[in-house]
Amino acid sequence: MKRVRISQQEIVFAVFAALFLTFSVFLSGFLSADNMLTLLQNVAVLGILGLAMAIVVIGRGIDLSLIAALAVPGGLVLQMVQNGHSLPASLLAAGLLSIAIGLVNGWLIAYAEVPPLFATLATGLFVAGLGQAALFQLDVVQWSDGMAGFERLGQGSILGIPTSIVMFAIACVVVFILLRKTRWGAYIYAIGDNPFAARVTGIPSRPIIVLQYVLAALIGCFAGLVLAASVNSMPTRIFNSTLIYDVILVVVLGGIGLSGGRGGVVNVIIGTLLIGTMLNGMTILNVPYAGQNLIKGLVLLVAVITDTLLNPRNEETAQQGDI
Amino acid sequence: MACVHKFALGSIAALALSAGAAPALAQQGLDEPFQKPFREALAGKTVAYVPVAMNFDLTEGWYAGLKKELEPFGVKFVIRDPNWNTNAGAQAVTSLISEKPAVMVIHNPDVQTYAKLLQRAENEGIYVIQINMGSAYRSSAFVGANWIEIGERQTEGVVKACQGKSNKIAIIQGALSAAASAYTLKGVENILAKHPEIKVVSSQAADWDAAKAKAITQTVLKQNPDLCGIVGFWDGMDIGTAAAIKEAGLTGKVFLATSGGGERKGACELVKNGSFDLNMSYDVPTQAAQMAGTIKWLLSSGAKPGSVKGSEYTTLIPITKENADTQTACWNLSDLKK
Repeated sequence: MKRVRISQQEIVFAVFAALFLTFSVFLSGFLSADNMLTLLQNVAVLGILGLAMAIVVIGRGIDLSLIAALAVPGGLVLQMVQNGHSLPASLLAAGLLSIAIGLVNGWLIAYAEVPPLFATLATGLFVAGLGQAALFQLDVVQWSDGMAGFERLGQGSILGIPTSIVMFAIACVVVFILLRKTRWGAYIYAIGDNPFAARVTGIPSRPIIVLQYVLAALIGCFAGLVLAASVNSMPTRIFNSTLIYDVILVVVLGGIGLSGGRGGVVNVIIGTLLIGTMLNGMTILNVPYAGQNLIKGLVLLVAVITDTLLNPRNEETAQQGDI
Repeated sequence: MACVHKFALGSIAALALSAGAAPALAQQGLDEPFQKPFREALAGKTVAYVPVAMNFDLTEGWYAGLKKELEPFGVKFVIRDPNWNTNAGAQAVTSLISEKPAVMVIHNPDVQTYAKLLQRAENEGIYVIQINMGSAYRSSAFVGANWIEIGERQTEGVVKACQGKSNKIAIIQGALSAAASAYTLKGVENILAKHPEIKVVSSQAADWDAAKAKAITQTVLKQNPDLCGIVGFWDGMDIGTAAAIKEAGLTGKVFLATSGGGERKGACELVKNGSFDLNMSYDVPTQAAQMAGTIKWLLSSGAKPGSVKGSEYTTLIPITKENADTQTACWNLSDLKK
């Protein structure tokens, strides 16, 4: 008899479905179209960040500097415009800064062979510090008149769908094409699956690893702009929040194993939906903040344990890539 | 006629007298006996400042105000920035105790963490002034806002705006462990106890984070589109609350009361454009001046640290559409730094 194997993705989807049904039945107002859109809107930025993290995790890395890459280039745009620079010039500067963050991360990991956990932890702290010390006047960078019109990136709606959801959808499509339809995407999977085999078969592993981190930083910057447009300011202090754990939660929960080479955009969407449903339901139920953290922590723990049970480490996968 | 004559004579006499007497008086100027010991008490003393973090209007404003008032007297002003990290803050306070500054100006992240340390500092002979967010230990002075009063006055504003409407309100708290958040909530409860008709549909902490505040408010507004008011706990965070109200097209319908330091960009401008309906300002420059005044008094008094304990609650300025345009309602950080 064939043994039934359930992937983590399926388990998470089942949990999401169960939670969704329970809330729909017992929470009045949960299953309205309006609330569904709000639910998605609240996690759109988290979802975009999840896509960035997914690219890196599939390639057997992790990027802890992602929140700095969201806050600092995004804040730079607002600060430069406030200081009288033009919006296109500010966007260009932010793009270049993001690419620089990605290149440094990638170089440290691919060429200097620093473990991703330490490399990105350090660059994240450095970039956040750079922002506070040299770039921003205040932690919360206010929206200014020069940004007029740009808030549409995160506010309002397109064909009745809130813009931030549309941005998440666009990011999903772009990352999906990149991962599944391009050679670079295939290389990222190959490196994540077995870096040594990938190198032996002639895949340019190091440049591809650098590419992963550059892409992650650029997507992070995009998420930052959507966030800033949505709240009409850039709270750069967000670097000190627990957002990075939420992003890892989305990725791991969605079923992208931390040992690399597995998963894709669909997993990020499922992970984001589950987090969104949990947060939305808990807000409607008026669960206090501490309780919300407790529940999120528990869910992450269960997800990591399930991941370990379903994708057991063997000698090969244990050698490298365990962050 | 005789009267005029008399007056003229008197004036001439007075002029003659003053012309003769003035130089004599100037030669014997009176020495003010207290200013020299005052200057000596301040010169060369170190004042250490530990905010929860620099880089936001409140802490930058206090810093600029204290510097302006103290440095001309030869006071050395040092800063330790824990950057929102409570552990780093506790370490900074600990190392300051061994460095023995004359005064420590402390902005507590919560009511417990620094309490024992601050007591130790005063035992070691350091005056401790706690600002805006106090701890469980009462030190030489507390200078700051009365959070209970802020909560009460914000809630009164919201309750009034709700009259004849749904009476449904929401509360967006800060970080649960912070004194500012817990005390404001008490103020809110005090008023709600008098108004049983008001129903709180949501009371959640957004951790001083604008994005979290926006997400919570969006969900609450979708559940309760007839909400009539929101009590927010800090204007820096309630930018997000206001963005959610605006996006739902409910600006002007949902009354948003918040509080903050009263910096022009963060307070008056946002009241003017309709984001906030009421912003209770604790007026940072005045707070800074009161802190500096307390430091000068303590240093020149010779009182043993810990032997006197007092509080200075700052007078609140309610900023609404009526006064948001005036010069006095708000202050500019850039001007204060000059």
